[in-house]
Amino acid sequence: MTERERKERNSVHARRAVAYTVLTIISFLCLFWFYVLFINATRSNGELSRGFTAIPSTHLFENLNNLFHGSLPVLRGMLNSLIIASLSALLSTYFSTMTAYAIQVYDFKLKKFLFTFILAIMMIPTQVTALGFVQLVRNMKLLNSFIPLIVPTIAAPVTFFYMKQYMEANLPSALIEAARIDGAGELRTFNSIATPLMRPAIAVQAIFTFVSSWNNYFIPSLVLSSDNKKTLPILIAQLRAADWLKFDMGQVYAMIAFSIFPVIIVYLILSKNIVGGVTAGGVKE
Amino acid sequence: MTSNKKSRITSYNKWGYIFLIPFMVVFVVFQLIPLVTTIYNSFFENYMSGLKQVGPNFIGLKNYVQLLTQGDLLKYFKNTMIMWIAGFIPQILLSLLLGAWFTNPSLKLKGQRFFKTVIYLPNLIMASAFSMLFFTLFANTGPVNSILVNIGIFKEPYQFMSHAGTVRGLVAMMNCLMWFGNTTILLMAGMMGISDSLYEAAEVDGATPTQIFFRITLPLLKPIFIYVVVTSLIGGLQMFDVPQILTNGTGDPMRTSMTLIMYLNKHLYSKNYGLAGALSVLLLILTGILSLIVFRTTAKDELK
Repeated sequence: MTERERKERNSVHARRAVAYTVLTIISFLCLFWFYVLFINATRSNGELSRGFTAIPSTHLFENLNNLFHGSLPVLRGMLNSLIIASLSALLSTYFSTMTAYAIQVYDFKLKKFLFTFILAIMMIPTQVTALGFVQLVRNMKLLNSFIPLIVPTIAAPVTFFYMKQYMEANLPSALIEAARIDGAGELRTFNSIATPLMRPAIAVQAIFTFVSSWNNYFIPSLVLSSDNKKTLPILIAQLRAADWLKFDMGQVYAMIAFSIFPVIIVYLILSKNIVGGVTAGGVKE
Repeated sequence: MTSNKKSRITSYNKWGYIFLIPFMVVFVVFQLIPLVTTIYNSFFENYMSGLKQVGPNFIGLKNYVQLLTQGDLLKYFKNTMIMWIAGFIPQILLSLLLGAWFTNPSLKLKGQRFFKTVIYLPNLIMASAFSMLFFTLFANTGPVNSILVNIGIFKEPYQFMSHAGTVRGLVAMMNCLMWFGNTTILLMAGMMGISDSLYEAAEVDGATPTQIFFRITLPLLKPIFIYVVVTSLIGGLQMFDVPQILTNGTGDPMRTSMTLIMYLNKHLYSKNYGLAGALSVLLLILTGILSLIVFRTTAKDELK
């Protein structure tokens, strides 16, 4: 028996060693690219053309400075991306909570039908309606405006579904009853009782909406064409389309780093919420 | 008194409709109307021939016929599927392995939070910037070639962007890197739902870890496994940012990495609305069928 136990312990030790080794290799594969990006963003064009080294150089601020004064409106692009992504996150979470609240708290004839309906439209990819969307936006004279990129996030079935799941567990109907007895109106009850209770879910979904809007390329590239409206992904595409061999490569890396690292930093600060939030509402056990 | 109470309840419940108004209005304006006009467009001949506008003229199903018989649609569909499969197989294997390790009670791995944070990180990166990064890293004068030549694997820089295999491979690798963390976390949620007593019973009966994985974990994971496969396939059909930026929209070499959505994007830019519409509708039907499979399997799961 002790023989068998020892064997088992050895096998657990061996498997643990394998697991740690594989996990280390995978982590390396995930981080390697960003490490190279960081190194290269700190090196000058001349240094870059001499091949790769693993040690950072001193030209980071020079590269960034050149980038900001270069031909691409990078700072403007970041500001545009920030405006669109923040407003999308705000509107999407507020109205998705409201939609979930309607289905969760009230009883009305079409409730079941509307709930199923929202779930059914969840899978429609935005690309599939892009043609009609762009025509509509053109007819509304909203090309080169942020409105068609922000307002549509109000109808976000995935966010709605997450909020609904969270509400089922975390919004006691007694509280709403109590607010009504105290004479609060329905909108006020929603704003001052329900939304504060939903804060954790709103935070998680705000992050996800922000990131997906920040990274979005397909639809914005069809809507925005004037230079002072472009978002970062569009500028990245423009950089790719440019005759990049003539480019100062230090600037190219600085541009990529400028688009990637802010998200990484925010992610590292909020990672606990994000990783936990992936499954909390999306998957039923 | 009772009738008063009843009327108050119904007056509360009308707020259900009121609170649904923003969602419904936005949905109708920005999704339903575009969907209808997209379908409508697919039955019309409507394109630019040079500077001359042709159409719109009603031509029935001719756009569909043209797409399915003349163009390179099937080729692009094949490209999309090859790149999706090449990325998805390592992705799902890696996710199953990591998920099994993270949830294994006898392994008790330390530093799980660190590893989960790291593997999920690429999922949040701007796909277009990530693709641009790979383009520069794998360029002829880029650091990857510099490293490979220095350690003597290649005598001279390898032209990654000129070979179908390496371009497709890079797209697959990026997709795998960006999504395996997400898949791992989803599969883990499913694995943690499996009762510990099952594992304990199997261990008492002398089952090896491999047997436990194939006989207990995998079969019980089936619903969430199907969910992951099908949603990933739907996402794969929408593959755009990564190959678009990597190849500057050309799908080179020889359009071997051109995906369906890149093709759609091309028609949208050249204002060929008839073909773009028909292509959208085909994609919608395909996605619809796949979604139905997801709904079916998850609904079955809930009935149990």
